[in-house]
Amino acid sequence: MCRGDGLMSESEDVHAYTVRLELTDRPGELLRALEPIAETGGNLLSIFHERGNLTPRGDIPVEVDLEATPERFEAIVDALKAADITVIEAGSDRYSEEIVVVLVGHLVETDLSHTLSRIQEASGASIKDFALSAPEGEDAASSARLRMATEAGKGEEILGAIREIAAEKELSVIEPLGEVGR
Amino acid sequence: MKLAVLGAGAVGASVAELASQYGHTVTALADSQSAVVDPDGIDVSTALERKQTEGTVGDAEPDEALSGTYDVLVEATPTTLGEAEPGFSHVTEALSQDKHVVLANKGPVAERYSEVRKAEEASDGTVLFEATVGGAMPVLSTIADFDADKITAVRGVLNGTANFILSRMAAEGLGYEHVLAEAQDLGVAETDPSFDVDGTDAALKCVILANVLSEGTEFTLEDAVVEGIRDLPSSALDLATEDGKTIRLIGEVSDDGVRVGPRLIEENTALTVTGTRNIVQIETTHAGVLNISGRGAGGPETASAVFADIGRLPHEE
Ligand SMILES: NC(=O)c1ccc[n+]([C@@H]2O[C@H](COP(=O)([O-])OP(=O)(O)OC[C@H]3O[C@@H](n4cnc5c(N)ncnc54)[C@H](OP(=O)(O)O)[C@@H]3O)[C@@H](O)[C@H]2O)c1
Repeated sequence: MCRGDGLMSESEDVHAYTVRLELTDRPGELLRALEPIAETGGNLLSIFHERGNLTPRGDIPVEVDLEATPERFEAIVDALKAADITVIEAGSDRYSEEIVVVLVGHLVETDLSHTLSRIQEASGASIKDFALSAPEGEDAASSARLRMATEAGKGEEILGAIREIAAEKELSVIEPLGEVGR
Repeated sequence: MKLAVLGAGAVGASVAELASQYGHTVTALADSQSAVVDPDGIDVSTALERKQTEGTVGDAEPDEALSGTYDVLVEATPTTLGEAEPGFSHVTEALSQDKHVVLANKGPVAERYSEVRKAEEASDGTVLFEATVGGAMPVLSTIADFDADKITAVRGVLNGTANFILSRMAAEGLGYEHVLAEAQDLGVAETDPSFDVDGTDAALKCVILANVLSEGTEFTLEDAVVEGIRDLPSSALDLATEDGKTIRLIGEVSDDGVRVGPRLIEENTALTVTGTRNIVQIETTHAGVLNISGRGAGGPETASAVFADIGRLPHEE
């Protein structure tokens, strides 16, 4: 990748990232949030400022798309946090968040394909792959691993939908543990 | 300091045995049926030998331990739910005499936290309970040092028995019942493993953490969402392993409350301790994530945390 602006030209490994922030409704906050990005050498691509759409705490959600090397991106997120700016989500490629869950129970008897299509419908996530392990015959509980692709930040919503469907069918869901430090 | 030790099981016996190495004197030791009391210091080895051979520690009544001469009550009787007795009454009795209390027993601070705090306020005594969360690991003192309101979440592996079972199931592809029996043979799991495998023990520790972190809102076991590992088939672990992941019983304390259950985690992270080892991750506002890992149970391990607490008590020399 070749690029004119000095700071970025030295590194080859530039990726696109989406950062979701929550800003307090105060003049200058947006500028304050963008400063660490510029200072740390990120290349701002777009800012989506969801005015009028306040969070329950009364903050303004802002989505920032930028390009940076992974190292610089980490530094940017750290700088934002150090500036006391609420970073809700920071990841690359906003449509590629992946969620893996394991379902346990009487999967076959409770109509597995129905379960899967309901999960897909209710959560809006697409099931990327699926593995079933039912080694002990019909009576024993079997397990299934589901990998789903989703938009970044939708994880909790999707898990909620899975939980509900699983509860109806008396299946248990082994959920992934989210990242620390968000 | 002069210690009255209630409970002569794994923890109480270790505290009594090691007290002199920490410069303390045991002036009372009690089990459920008996006590031995001496304001100048009891003969610990005789009492523990007698416990082994006769099942009692002395000829006095258990109650006498609490009314004798001591600076610190070490509460190491069984953890009970609900009323948290007899532990709770032991705590309030000692506080009403303006004595300090150091707990290994989780019941009073998990089930009746605000009552314990109220009794402490009315007393010149102080209550500490490092041993109740993570055995030897300095979890509560680290939280106190960082200041509870600079901590955003705590999570971790807080039950060695469950972790042993899950890590064996994953490594050997064996079923739950098989590994549980093996753990019982090794003395890692109790004959009745319910507290450990149903998640109750980990949940009590998380509830205690929530009480410490949330100053103000009281949590009890009832407020925790708890799921155990009993019904986990080995096929679930196999599927996790195939994907570079594994399943561990994880306790979480966050703004969303207290939650304990089997969770999918990456196979090679700090959290993925094996065997009976425990780990706690503390998420701080200004210092990122701290990992504290070590032995979460055992007599001498838990006693070490008790002595650390005793060392932190206010005292005039
Ligand atoms: N073991 C650990 O690794 C660990 C770690 C952290 C916290 N803890 C907590 O520490 C406490 C003690 O654990 P432990 O493993 O030592 O348990 P334990 O081996 O079951 O011992 C409990 C002791 O308490 C005595 N006791 C029962 N009721 C009593 C009463 N009313 N007055 C005086 N003594 C009474 C029992 O007497 P008898 O001998 O007559 O039955 C026994 O000696 C528990 O609350 C446990 O949850 C344990």
